[in-house]
Amino acid sequence: MKLLQSPAVRVGLSISIATGLYGISFGALGVTSGLDFWQTMALSLLLFSGGSQFAFIGVVAGGGSGVAAMGAATLLGMRNGIYGMQLNALLQPRGWRKYAAAHVTIDESTATSTGQTDPAEQKRGFWTAGVGIFVLWNVFTAVGALSGAALGDPKQWGLDGAAVAAFLGLLWPRLKGREPAAIAVACALATILAVPFVPAGVPILIAAVVAATIGWFSHGRSDEGLEPDVDPYGGPHHHGRPEEAGK
Amino acid sequence: MNLWMWLLLACLLGYSWKLLGYLVPASLLRNPRMSRVAGTMTIGLLASLTVVNALASGQALAFDARIGALAAAGIALCLRAPFLVVVLAGAGAAAGLRLLGWS
Repeated sequence: MKLLQSPAVRVGLSISIATGLYGISFGALGVTSGLDFWQTMALSLLLFSGGSQFAFIGVVAGGGSGVAAMGAATLLGMRNGIYGMQLNALLQPRGWRKYAAAHVTIDESTATSTGQTDPAEQKRGFWTAGVGIFVLWNVFTAVGALSGAALGDPKQWGLDGAAVAAFLGLLWPRLKGREPAAIAVACALATILAVPFVPAGVPILIAAVVAATIGWFSHGRSDEGLEPDVDPYGGPHHHGRPEEAGK
Repeated sequence: MNLWMWLLLACLLGYSWKLLGYLVPASLLRNPRMSRVAGTMTIGLLASLTVVNALASGQALAFDARIGALAAAGIALCLRAPFLVVVLAGAGAAAGLRLLGWS
């Protein structure tokens, strides 16, 4: 029971519950976007990265092709590689742990770990948040997928509106300052301009190219948009509200 | 079956990104340009996905109840609502507007 006295474990557990719970919205949106129950579960079990998962079903729901859905999900997953490099330097996992750690390397587990200063606490925070979110996210995805299938017409319940809100909710915490907001506006405009001219799903990839070009040629903070969209420790701008998680 | 194939490929590539981070030499981490591109692309993709889901209807732009969902979500976020509340606000706005007769 000593483990529960570790601050990193406690933060990891509360983040797990907050994040796991909205697996419900992913599950419900997954089955109403056109995926079946097991396809929705496969995304939560195997892809396991909220942004990429919502991107995949978002493209499919909009009538986009499988390859466009895969493209959007994969591009959104790139930041997890950066987190992996940070965590590898921090935790130095060995053997099979390296492969397990990679799978649970997401916004929330990275934020929980890097928020600690003691190496033992960094390790505890990472594994508590990573494994805790993995378990709860999958349980609640299943709950959402089962109830979503029973809802009938998804539009009647505003589930397409829920998807819009989910994406804005994922974007919002990354818009700290003028520059990220300008990037978001530029990519939104590029998307609107592209929609009438290219197949569904492709406008999202065009926006990715615009964003990557801006990132490549401009000189700004190298961690722009990479601050995980959770602040488990409540920095000066957040007031200690771990339920504010966005994934 | 075709969708399954792209779905599993997305899962494989998603895991590859994560694992790559643990396998590449740490010196690559010092390349600020790569992490900057990863960051700006995250912002750009999420902005694009927001717009597509709010406005696109196939290859056309539509102004329907989803605009109400976008506005409601924005207000909820300004009020610092937690993620689940933001999603519920979006769903409620779209469902409510449809009840009032706006598609």
